[in-house]
Amino acid sequence: MAGPRTVTYELGTPAVDARGHPARTPLTVVGDGEIAGDRMLINIGPQHPATHGVLRLVVELDGEVVVRVIPHVGYLHSGFEKLGEYRHYNQIIPLTDRTDYLASMSNNVGLALAAEKLMGIEVTDRCKVLRVIACEMSRIISHCVWAGTTGIDLGAFTVFLWLFQERERLYDFIEAWTGARLTTTLTRVGGLMADVPDGWTDGLRRWCARFPPVLDEVEGMLSKNSIWLGRTVDIGVMGAADAINWSLSGPMIRASGVPFDLRKDRPYLGYETYDFEVPVGEHGDVYDRYLVRMEEMRQSARIILQALDRLPDGPINVSDPRVILPAKSRAMSDMEAMIFHFKQVMEGVAAPIGEAYQAVEGPRGELGTYFVSDGTAKPVRWRIRPPAFINLAALPKMAEGHLLSDLIAINASVDIVMGEVDR
Amino acid sequence: MPANPSVATLQARFGDAVRHAFVSCGDTVVVVAAARVHDVLGWLKSTPGEQYDYLVDITAVEYRDRERPLEVVYQLWSLERKVLLRLKVELPKDQELEVDTVTDLWAGADWLEREVWDMFGIRFRGHPDLRRILMWENYAEGHPLRKDFPLRGRFSRAEQTRQALSGDLEAHYSLDELAIKGVTR
Amino acid sequence: MDVKPDAATGVVTSSPNWLTTRLDFLVNWSRRNSLWPMPFGTACCAIEFMATAASRYDLARFGMERQAFSPRQSDVLICAGRLPFKLAPVIRTIWDQMAQPKWCISMGACASSGGIFDNYAMVQGIDTIVPVDVYVPGCPPRPEGLLYGILLLQKKIAGESVFDPTLRVEKLADSSGLFLEPATVDELSEPFGNSVHQTRSA
Repeated sequence: MAGPRTVTYELGTPAVDARGHPARTPLTVVGDGEIAGDRMLINIGPQHPATHGVLRLVVELDGEVVVRVIPHVGYLHSGFEKLGEYRHYNQIIPLTDRTDYLASMSNNVGLALAAEKLMGIEVTDRCKVLRVIACEMSRIISHCVWAGTTGIDLGAFTVFLWLFQERERLYDFIEAWTGARLTTTLTRVGGLMADVPDGWTDGLRRWCARFPPVLDEVEGMLSKNSIWLGRTVDIGVMGAADAINWSLSGPMIRASGVPFDLRKDRPYLGYETYDFEVPVGEHGDVYDRYLVRMEEMRQSARIILQALDRLPDGPINVSDPRVILPAKSRAMSDMEAMIFHFKQVMEGVAAPIGEAYQAVEGPRGELGTYFVSDGTAKPVRWRIRPPAFINLAALPKMAEGHLLSDLIAINASVDIVMGEVDR
Repeated sequence: MPANPSVATLQARFGDAVRHAFVSCGDTVVVVAAARVHDVLGWLKSTPGEQYDYLVDITAVEYRDRERPLEVVYQLWSLERKVLLRLKVELPKDQELEVDTVTDLWAGADWLEREVWDMFGIRFRGHPDLRRILMWENYAEGHPLRKDFPLRGRFSRAEQTRQALSGDLEAHYSLDELAIKGVTR
Repeated sequence: MDVKPDAATGVVTSSPNWLTTRLDFLVNWSRRNSLWPMPFGTACCAIEFMATAASRYDLARFGMERQAFSPRQSDVLICAGRLPFKLAPVIRTIWDQMAQPKWCISMGACASSGGIFDNYAMVQGIDTIVPVDVYVPGCPPRPEGLLYGILLLQKKIAGESVFDPTLRVEKLADSSGLFLEPATVDELSEPFGNSVHQTRSA
């Protein structure tokens, strides 16, 4: 087969033909336009159990070897960023639950931090510590899903059941706090939706003590398992320079040896005062990514215990009545409180003219929120910097030359969540 | 809040290609001329002392004020020096919405620029594969994040459903696509 | 055994007898207790679907142990999650590939009506594209909610009859791809309630 051929084609012809069907953009292929006789073209997805969401992979195979893989995304594009331009800042928070739905509280915190940066609001100490707890709980539940589904892809179903049971236990805590298991809408600009109930901290402390032995069991199943090692060691290697060039973030870049973690490099919510380590891999293969994520779960439990120890008393919301809704009893009885309530609900909280970018270390990587404001209560632009989207772009780089079954393992190791990839 | 010192070095090196700079909410933003953005970004990436080796994000902004130009926004981070910088390029709406690609500097720019093309209609000269990425290839309603694009789209729901259903599933993947010289090559 | 459908309406009107009811009971019992789901999971509801299939809520006790990712081998399409327009032809193709008898559960607010996504990208309810038997509201529905929806479907199947040909009619799409009238699609997709006012940008 000839080498890569160049294709010239016209872009952006949103034409509709005479029958009203969208016209295919015309393609001119230079070369014979045929696939070599010994190659196969297969399509994986978008509906497929192992693609971790609605992802389509177009794969050119030479026997079992992947010669070319092209990911197609957009099958879950929901117009989040467009919707955000029509919502007040607090109304955008429920939208963030649904982008990365495996770690909703992390997304909620990310958006609230960006909006507070834009508006120049500093939240209370209790709010900061609770948000740290929320972010680390989200990291644990997200990595539990990752480990479970990657296990299923590679044939280890038990891990899924064990870790989903831990997720259910954490869901009980999340539900007691926010009222919802998955779509939490935890934060508000300037604070949180509610304080934790009584006894919640004790229960979480007990859970944190019980969790590392569960991780030990999972690691006992996998870490020295010859099948697991055979399927993950030296698979999908991404070197450090490549990882930087492809803008990877999160466990993907740390497994490649680059110690980039926003909690250490661009700290927020007081992370610089917590005592924790960031696992960094060496080889950048799927096995290293697995080890990094398992260790991150342990470190998250460690951070949660420290946060629970230092959780100060006090209000969870700033005391600015222009930003935080007054208590309902006061809004019903006090005229001034009623007016503040009315203005916030009907008009929203106006942000000053300006722009702000704030990123948090989500389970997938650098989850950034970029707001541009023109002085109104609805942002001019809400941009989500999607770590999973950018990490997924590197899939061809990692997978070409490997076997088809390795492609599944590599795809699993990227830890994508299509809601965030496609927004 | 003092501006990032890169602003001064950029102004010294590129002169009036650097239109202006400001600080917003603690972030430094530099507006550069569209024609020079590739040179500026390349210089920022490779110069010792600047070393913005990590591309965080590429996106675009359209303002509600119709007179304001579109902006392409580049977020850069220096892994070594732990400094963020934001660069912007202004594209007036009465001219071609085009800017040079930076996929030769950072491979991560590939999909980010495709998304900007899909959502805003801004072309990136020299991009190896500038196709729509989030909407389907033949999406006929336009570029969704533009302010003149209504929230619910331009066509009726029945028409949108029809157009979506009648799309040829195989048009989304073909032998021709495999021939496109991608960024990995 | 006189079970001809009515010429005008197509509805089976003759009264069943003991044999037909026993046969119906047997067929429906076996069908409803061994529904193999086709989990068309797209977004957050898919995670709650996975949680329903995991140990605490356990779909296996309803006969749904075997998640059939191939449409040919499945009975019920559970659309768990929002459906953008780009994914519309995919779900239609999968629905068409499923063999009768087949049912569809629309799980979640987005699959049922478009949910919070009343915008350019989202199908406003999968019932504009495939015929739906049970709608499960929620964002996402709790596993108990999904289980209730599945039990409702089982109850619906229990009320079916093998001798009713109208039930297994394949509602094919016409040449334009729609299986409903365009006016009906527009009507089903109309914004309602608060959604009507949610398009002010500033």
